[in-house]
Amino acid sequence: MPRRTDIQSVLVIGSGPIVIGQACEFDYSGTQACRVLKEEGLRVVLVNSNPATIMTDPEFADATYVEPITTEVLTTIIAKERPDAILPTLGGQTALNAAIALDEAGVLEQYDVELIGANIPAIQKGEDREQFKQVVEVCGGESARSAIIHTIDEALVAVQDLGYPVVVRPSFTMGGLGSGIAYDEADLRRIAGQGLHYSPTTEVLLEESILGWKEYELELMRDKHDNVVVVCSIENVDPVGVHTGDSVTVAPALTLTDREYQKLRDIGIAVIREVGVDTGGCNIQFAVDPRTGRIIVIEMNPRVSRSSALASKATGFPIAKIAARLAVGYTLDEIPNDITGSTPASFEPTLDYVVVKVPRFAFEKFPAADPTLTTTMKSVGEAMALGRNFTEALGKALRSIDKKGTNFHWEGEALAGDALDALTATIDHPTEHRLVDVQQVLRAGVGVDEVYEITGIDPWFLDQIQLMNEVAAEVAAAPELNRSVLARAKRHGLSDAQIASLRGMSEDVAREVRHALGLRPVFKTVDTCAAEFAASTPYHYSSYDEETEVAPRERPAVLILGSGPNRIGQGIEFDYSCVHAALALKDRFETVMVNCNPETVSTDYDTADRLYFEPLTFEDVLEVYEAERAAGPVAGLIVQLGGQTPLSLAQRLADAGLPILGTSPEAIDAAEDRGVFGGVLAEAGLPAPAFGTATTLAAAKATAERIGYPVLVRPSYVLGGRGMEIVYSAEQLTEYVERALADAAGSGRAHMPPLLIDRFLDDAIEIDVDALYDGTELFLGGVMEHIEEAGIHSGDSACVLPPITLSAAELERIRVSTEAIARGVGVRGLLNIQFALASDVLYVLEANPRASRTVPFVSKATGVPLAKAAALVMTGSTIAELRGSGVLPATDARVVDLDAPIAVKEAVLPFKRFRTADGTAVDTVLGPEMRSTGEVMGFDSDFPTAFAKSQSAAFGGLPTGGTVFISVADRDKRSIVFPVKRLSELGFEILATEGTAAVLKRSGIDSTVVRKHSAGRGSAGEPTIVDLIAAGDVDMVVNTPSGQGARADGYEIRAATTAADKAIVTTVQQLSAAVQAIEAARSGPFRVASLQEHDAARLAAAL
Amino acid sequence: MTDALLVLEDGRTFTGEAYGATGETLGEIVFNTGMTGYQETLTDPSYHRQIVVMTAPHIGNTGINDEDAESGRIWVSGYVVRDPARRASNWRSDRSLDEELTAQDVVGISGIDTRALTRHLRERGVMRAAIISGEALLDGSGRARTTEDLVDFVRESPQMSGADLAGEVSTPEAYVVPAQGEAVARVAAIDLGIKAMTPQRLAERGIEVHVLPAMSTIEDVLAVSPDGVFFSNGPGDPGAATHEIELLRAVLDRRIPFFGICYGNQLLGRALGYGTYKLGYGHRGVNQPVLDRHTGKVEITAHNHGFAVDAPVDAESVAPHDGGRYGRVEVSHIDLNDNVVEGLNALDLPAFSVQYHPEAAAGPHDAGYLFDRFLTLMTTTEGTDA
Repeated sequence: MPRRTDIQSVLVIGSGPIVIGQACEFDYSGTQACRVLKEEGLRVVLVNSNPATIMTDPEFADATYVEPITTEVLTTIIAKERPDAILPTLGGQTALNAAIALDEAGVLEQYDVELIGANIPAIQKGEDREQFKQVVEVCGGESARSAIIHTIDEALVAVQDLGYPVVVRPSFTMGGLGSGIAYDEADLRRIAGQGLHYSPTTEVLLEESILGWKEYELELMRDKHDNVVVVCSIENVDPVGVHTGDSVTVAPALTLTDREYQKLRDIGIAVIREVGVDTGGCNIQFAVDPRTGRIIVIEMNPRVSRSSALASKATGFPIAKIAARLAVGYTLDEIPNDITGSTPASFEPTLDYVVVKVPRFAFEKFPAADPTLTTTMKSVGEAMALGRNFTEALGKALRSIDKKGTNFHWEGEALAGDALDALTATIDHPTEHRLVDVQQVLRAGVGVDEVYEITGIDPWFLDQIQLMNEVAAEVAAAPELNRSVLARAKRHGLSDAQIASLRGMSEDVAREVRHALGLRPVFKTVDTCAAEFAASTPYHYSSYDEETEVAPRERPAVLILGSGPNRIGQGIEFDYSCVHAALALKDRFETVMVNCNPETVSTDYDTADRLYFEPLTFEDVLEVYEAERAAGPVAGLIVQLGGQTPLSLAQRLADAGLPILGTSPEAIDAAEDRGVFGGVLAEAGLPAPAFGTATTLAAAKATAERIGYPVLVRPSYVLGGRGMEIVYSAEQLTEYVERALADAAGSGRAHMPPLLIDRFLDDAIEIDVDALYDGTELFLGGVMEHIEEAGIHSGDSACVLPPITLSAAELERIRVSTEAIARGVGVRGLLNIQFALASDVLYVLEANPRASRTVPFVSKATGVPLAKAAALVMTGSTIAELRGSGVLPATDARVVDLDAPIAVKEAVLPFKRFRTADGTAVDTVLGPEMRSTGEVMGFDSDFPTAFAKSQSAAFGGLPTGGTVFISVADRDKRSIVFPVKRLSELGFEILATEGTAAVLKRSGIDSTVVRKHSAGRGSAGEPTIVDLIAAGDVDMVVNTPSGQGARADGYEIRAATTAADKAIVTTVQQLSAAVQAIEAARSGPFRVASLQEHDAARLAAAL
Repeated sequence: MTDALLVLEDGRTFTGEAYGATGETLGEIVFNTGMTGYQETLTDPSYHRQIVVMTAPHIGNTGINDEDAESGRIWVSGYVVRDPARRASNWRSDRSLDEELTAQDVVGISGIDTRALTRHLRERGVMRAAIISGEALLDGSGRARTTEDLVDFVRESPQMSGADLAGEVSTPEAYVVPAQGEAVARVAAIDLGIKAMTPQRLAERGIEVHVLPAMSTIEDVLAVSPDGVFFSNGPGDPGAATHEIELLRAVLDRRIPFFGICYGNQLLGRALGYGTYKLGYGHRGVNQPVLDRHTGKVEITAHNHGFAVDAPVDAESVAPHDGGRYGRVEVSHIDLNDNVVEGLNALDLPAFSVQYHPEAAAGPHDAGYLFDRFLTLMTTTEGTDA
């Protein structure tokens, strides 16, 4: 049966900004869907507010709207584009919720738009706890005993029957937001209270605890002929109690017999039918009692999910792509299996390898947050690895995480005595480090059975970890590192670095010994069928086995190193650039992608010509290179597009003789080395803020005195703003240094690492520049003006492009400075520079000769494919040639057309996700350390509207009326008068603390004085500001921090605001922008324009 | 750790470690792609005289239990795995797979590149092979046997083509599997290597199952007054099953409702006058897509067959046997991977069969409806000559 002929155009809804629980996997699924629908000849209309996605590249849809995903905006787009259908199942919970809202608002009916891929009753049945419970019962399955509650009182009654601990799950939230486990009444009041708040239907499920049970997931697909296949089974190594996104997981399931597995399969199929997912995918989670085998169905998602991305990468079965085809009418047997090319998609993949996924966390960014893992997802990314056995895959996955302390080790003596008892006592509760702790406890001789009793981790997995310990012990004890010892170590996943550490040798020596013994990995193929049929798609993974499957080739290859697991500061933006390089170079080279992040578009086997799903470590990259060199000529490696992870490998790879394309590793170092870079600046006559280094408190104080306060202080060994603080006084500096000394002592180091101390430019305008340099010519890609002043990490700061307050002369200075740095450093490709403009001096803050986080934003805002152009420059094209071929336009960012649209990038922050151990929210103040997970773009003809759109897309929007609370630091009091006056004129009620109210009063603005939190409630019970915020009586909070430290009132205010989910403004610049945006938002619904329309306007203007 | 060697008849060898019993064993080497169900696979009589390669790398994780076996013993003649479990972990596990293989004297090999081996078999076709381990690697004088000697040893072993093996696996005595609940029908099931789950699936539907030895005569069959006759799966070349084919024709002549699975499907094909042939490397796994051409639906099915029926796929045909006296036949099911015949349906006789395993142990339960179809056939067919 061919595709439906009654559908000509489809609206695809994306998932918006990257947040915890909803990351690049929906760019992967959405991109696949758009590709498929276009291939089918349909007109594709796309809405997604996230500019860093591949799916929002204009070539993937006919009309691409980078606009807020709100009912109002979607309605405007539907009215304009009149699509026949909406596909809401590939954009995560955001898209599904948006579709439900459109249905409830009557928009679907009004414009006669059909939902495809899912229907409203199916969504309700799958996601509504009570309905789903009935579904499970009809399907012959069991649910955990439970009760639905809508108030805390109902919860207290229900728990009398269910008993503690009890699991709390709010309805209709994603990534397990708001869920948790309550061990007592206080827990229950807190968690259920939050859950009721987060649930859009104020509904929460309480259920009996199945903590410690085995947890499984099945990924299923169904077509309109009721054909159902199970694409993949996934087993969680962490038992029930840890969100599956935070668990170490393995595919396929490894500890079930066929009978038990088939029971899960039967229930899963019955559930997808009963729920009524007509076409497309769903995942179903099960818990299995390890003592009896009793099965409980936990939940299902009637849509493509993070797990389906993982399952697609794990099996080679592209769930989203096939879901899109099913949605337009095909059946599974009509769709070919891409990988074999000869068999249909109506089958169940079978694996002859093991896949392990490990989450990556960012608790270090939120030191106040409770690091215990629960049913609320807290990880920010994940790495996946494939191996021919579990130990090989686990070893590779752990080293893919690219973070200290997250990998197995055998340093020092095994623990004993009290230290061992202490560690053993901690492994009952799951944390980021539990698996390593388990490995250490097993290494110290605690038995598998005992560790199983404590952790609930299946003994089979524990035994495999113990196997790795045994192999490590053999490596350590062997008289010499001979072939059999080394072969066994590699077969069980030990890295060269681990072997080197066990033998007390350097990693280079370990590798040389291995190579001398002829021990190298082979590369196998992910083929969906365990080699039953020949595979035509080169999707490879390494294994220490016998036969390699890399095909010889004629064309020269370019290896593109991806960015590994998402983390704060290194996410989808870098994947975007890597994907662009693959697309740009396909015509001239065999493109080879190396990456280990299963969520991404880069690891879609359709993206590059060859895909190696491998850790981004020196060892693994070197072996891929050698394998490809054996297959044909290799032109070189691109390391500058995937962020810090591949960049940090550049020098070692070059030293090992690998050809690095583009900017040389020496030049990369030059930009990072303060001394060398200072020389570049001096030669170019460019000022940089004064700086110095110090290793003692006395030296730090002296340096700070010399530079002048405020200063920016950070340890020299970290990247991404980690540990960076703005210090205003000697007192604060002392505090900082004492903490650094304590940290150093705590981690066993004798000395504090050197501190970098920079002059902090107060009141400076921060400017971000992305540019291309080919050795002779500069192309200024984009100049972005930050809305927050310098001191807020550029990744967390909102910014606007084109810069709205910079003069032509200032732009020219920026261009000249950029070119001087590009030339001085020796850039061939992309360059990102951060400038600060203060008192008419343009300071250079830092320069990074690589793709930056802002490259995709700039490309979306200007229509210039910067990353593609960079890849071409790196492989030898000149900017002049690229202009000639139309890849780059004739003019660059130094020329600002007054009619050009304004793009605002706003950061999205994860504060809501993180709670302290006692359940209060963490502080939300922005600082020099980046903490945002994602970004959105607001795009319109003027700044106020673009900013208003960005706020709407980032967190639902600013209030257009109501109550505003103002409390600012003394230094900010002068700047708030005008914006607050405007708010007052717009009819907002103004609340303020005493000091702020006095300033306002003297400027003729009336405000109501409210009690400070520290003052406590009044004698007659008058509420404090925190009480008012918590009660939902305040619509927007303006609070600028008065200095470091979480003890100030500000912390309580900001935390309460976050908890209450209200708008919060923490800088005065933000306040001015917010006031403009509020005015824009009050002037009526947003108008919308597609990127294609913007392009057409740009083209018309150029003629 | 004992050395072991896998030797193929085309001369390729793989060096690994002994698994299960040590010694030497011969058989036709085939690969199975199932990720679950090793216990069912090992105890499936259809694997008699075959060395089975598991493509899933981890085998033995859930141990062996006393519930899931498909027969009273392990039938494979040799077992090839990559990573045997060091520890079994499952609430139903009674002992380890390693212990079970050793106890039943099954010679195995582990630690080899099973994917390379599978690719080799896919490209070259299944072939004879030997696993040799421990002292068997040495000749009478204590020297290592040469590869040439071992390849010759393999080449001297019997071929699967032409092998009549049902007699070697069939029950020596008839036995009855009682119906669960009220009996609604009685079936004579000819055991050509029957798996325990098959009578179980019939019994669940209220069918009393009389399991009869392969050498049973039509009189033996009629003696149990069956409402239907069933031919099971089993090992060997259907072209060599002269007795069973004659028995099946006697059943068809009497218009007794008939259902066959796997080998039973091949025998129905031959009884109707169609040919059978050996596939390059067979279908062995639990993920094969089969199209039911009546409903247009795809079922995911368990397969274990090296031979297949050669019947016209595109349209119904007249059964060639004896001038067409069995009337018209359609190919009811095909494998979507390679268009191999997966089911036959006689249009003028109450008889049908499938090449795959609706009893599904191991494997998915999608095709369980076929047992219902058999029951319906038995209860709606009138006036047999029995």
